[in-house]
Amino acid sequence: MRHLLGIEGLSQGQITDILDLSERYVSRNRQNDKHAGGLEGKTMVNMFFENSTRTQASFEIAGKRLGADVLNMSMATSSVKKGETLIDTALTLNAMHPDLLVVRHQNSGAVALLAEKVNCAVINAGDGRHEHPTQALLDALTIRRRKGRLHRLTVAICGDIAHSRVARSNLFLLGKMENRVRLVGPRTLMPTGVDKFGVEVFEDMREGLAGADVVMMLRLQKERMDGGFIPSEREYFHRWGLDAEKLSFARDDAIVMHPGPMNRGVEIDGEIADDINRSVIQEQVEMGVAVRMAVLDLLSRHNGPTGIDV
Amino acid sequence: MKTLFANARLIDPEAGTEGRGALLVEEGGIAAVFPEGAGLPAADETVECGGRCLAPGIIDIGVKIGEPGERHKESFRTGGLAAAAGGVTTMVTRPDTLPPIDDPETLEFVSRRAREASPVRVLPMASLTKGREGREMVEMGLLGDAGAVAFTDGVRPVHNTRLLQRALTYALGLDALVIFHPQEPVLSAGSAATAGAFASLLGLPAVPAMAEKMQLARDLALVELTGGRAHADQISTAAALPLLAAAKAQGLRVTAGANVHHLTLNEYDIADYRTFFRITPPLRPETDRVALVQAVADGLIDVIGSFHTPQDEESKRLPFEEAAPGAVGLETLLPAALQMVHSGMVSLPRLFACLSTNPARLLGLDGGRLSAGAPADLVLFDPDAPFVLDRYTLRSKSKNTPFDQRRMQGRVFGTWVGGRRVFTREQG
Repeated sequence: MRHLLGIEGLSQGQITDILDLSERYVSRNRQNDKHAGGLEGKTMVNMFFENSTRTQASFEIAGKRLGADVLNMSMATSSVKKGETLIDTALTLNAMHPDLLVVRHQNSGAVALLAEKVNCAVINAGDGRHEHPTQALLDALTIRRRKGRLHRLTVAICGDIAHSRVARSNLFLLGKMENRVRLVGPRTLMPTGVDKFGVEVFEDMREGLAGADVVMMLRLQKERMDGGFIPSEREYFHRWGLDAEKLSFARDDAIVMHPGPMNRGVEIDGEIADDINRSVIQEQVEMGVAVRMAVLDLLSRHNGPTGIDV
Repeated sequence: MKTLFANARLIDPEAGTEGRGALLVEEGGIAAVFPEGAGLPAADETVECGGRCLAPGIIDIGVKIGEPGERHKESFRTGGLAAAAGGVTTMVTRPDTLPPIDDPETLEFVSRRAREASPVRVLPMASLTKGREGREMVEMGLLGDAGAVAFTDGVRPVHNTRLLQRALTYALGLDALVIFHPQEPVLSAGSAATAGAFASLLGLPAVPAMAEKMQLARDLALVELTGGRAHADQISTAAALPLLAAAKAQGLRVTAGANVHHLTLNEYDIADYRTFFRITPPLRPETDRVALVQAVADGLIDVIGSFHTPQDEESKRLPFEEAAPGAVGLETLLPAALQMVHSGMVSLPRLFACLSTNPARLLGLDGGRLSAGAPADLVLFDPDAPFVLDRYTLRSKSKNTPFDQRRMQGRVFGTWVGGRRVFTREQG
């Protein structure tokens, strides 16, 4: 594996390998001395064209615990603003010989484009509406730990599916691992042609949650509210917000997930989000660091110092 | 309490038949229908129909009541009385009030006022977009839960195609009905007549009839795209009819309505610049009117309504093009519509299919039929009784009717809502 651009290109075996390795880092991260080593002498660059505090911090911590030199580039204030093209930025950066490049970009496919132009390993930290592979992997790790398996589960992914790269990556991953995936949300927030994705689609939240093992809530992009996809936050919460009543339709031991940041009272009731018996939201954050360490570890192992596969 | 309606000419729009017989009403609903000659049960009360027509009460989609905001034009009380006198047992009210009915709170206010004041049933519609401004869709789910039976911005077509697409898609999840007003808004802005030689002669700002076809084509394309359920209100031109026929043949979930004024009046009626004839869309040439009546007969037009629009004297005593558009119609809907029956173009059962059965089906109501199990919403009328309409005798608060001083044929003698009598006309 040279890059991690999406879940779509991974095999079932590769996903299992990443998760198995992540388990080791979960234990490591719970110790006093968190330094694991393995990336000493390597340079890792975080390039976030789109703001994200938590994902960027998670990658930075992962890199540092493995001993890499981590550089955060805030692209909002960089030469990109001055009109430099993405490819020129990539070439400039490449000349500095980084080993690992973590990229988030607001356009689908931009990370893959960048990966073609550089010699080092590239990790997609979210590209447009396309993929967010480490999020899907950390979700998978959380589910596997809580449920004891990652197959033959019923997972309901709820909310703004159309604009969500998290949903897309999870869809691929859960499908590859032979789970039953349901998409739940208003039709205006469903991708066109969703019926061809091999999933079940529900507009009614209660039907969609019936018997689910995992309830995965998505963030409603408030900035998109005025675009006319849904009438209002209160109507959205009334029909698709996760509260105790709607959750009661899922299995008694169903877990509740959310990629964060949450809009309490919009897509999720605060009480559910904070219920330690149901919500695994904090655990997802913890798994995020471990999964990213595993991904960095694997990619650095398979790439020589010049970025050529060894 | 059993009430027997004896010796009636029963108009059954569901079966498409009419014939002499009797009807038994019990507990507010129709208990049984008896053909002529059948043995009749004992009843607590008998209404002697004297051979007059008994039909399901009219369900009038698109009634404007001035609450909130314009109570001086029409209240639920006056509108309800006018409805009862016109044989209208359900008023489906418009959201183009001040402020518009675009949130559940306003809708609840309207429902409460209607319950308190109106002798006939009132079903409110909500606007499709907030403030009827065409920018953001309303809270359709919450409004539907609060009792909104359909969503429409009234005579303001939604200009923003993307918004309308999303609204139709969103409505689909609620199986909510969206009502369009197919008039291309830019072309029709400021117009008071239909473009043509006659409008030119009068020197009135006019809109081409084609503006209707253009907008309808877009709206139908969106229905096709989304699979939504929609009703095109106030179809008024011949040019729009083939589009409608094609859409229906294609299986789109679309229905269409016509305003009784477009079925009974034409552009020449505005000759004296009498502002009671200023309506939206404007009156059309006679060829359009005839084509429209034919479409009613053929079943292409599903619903006929009055589009009751009360305007006070102040709003109408103005130059033609500045006068507020619209006409009252609750009380004149039936006698005006009967003109099509008298001309031999439309049968009585077909007329009541458009006045009662189809509106009921469109809104998912149980009424609109003359069969056991239906609510006893009934109208007793004589289709042939002649009279001259005097606008000052109308029960509506506003008197803006284009039929003032016109000879009409067809009078309502009694109206029942849920088996309760809400209107009686003495013999005469």
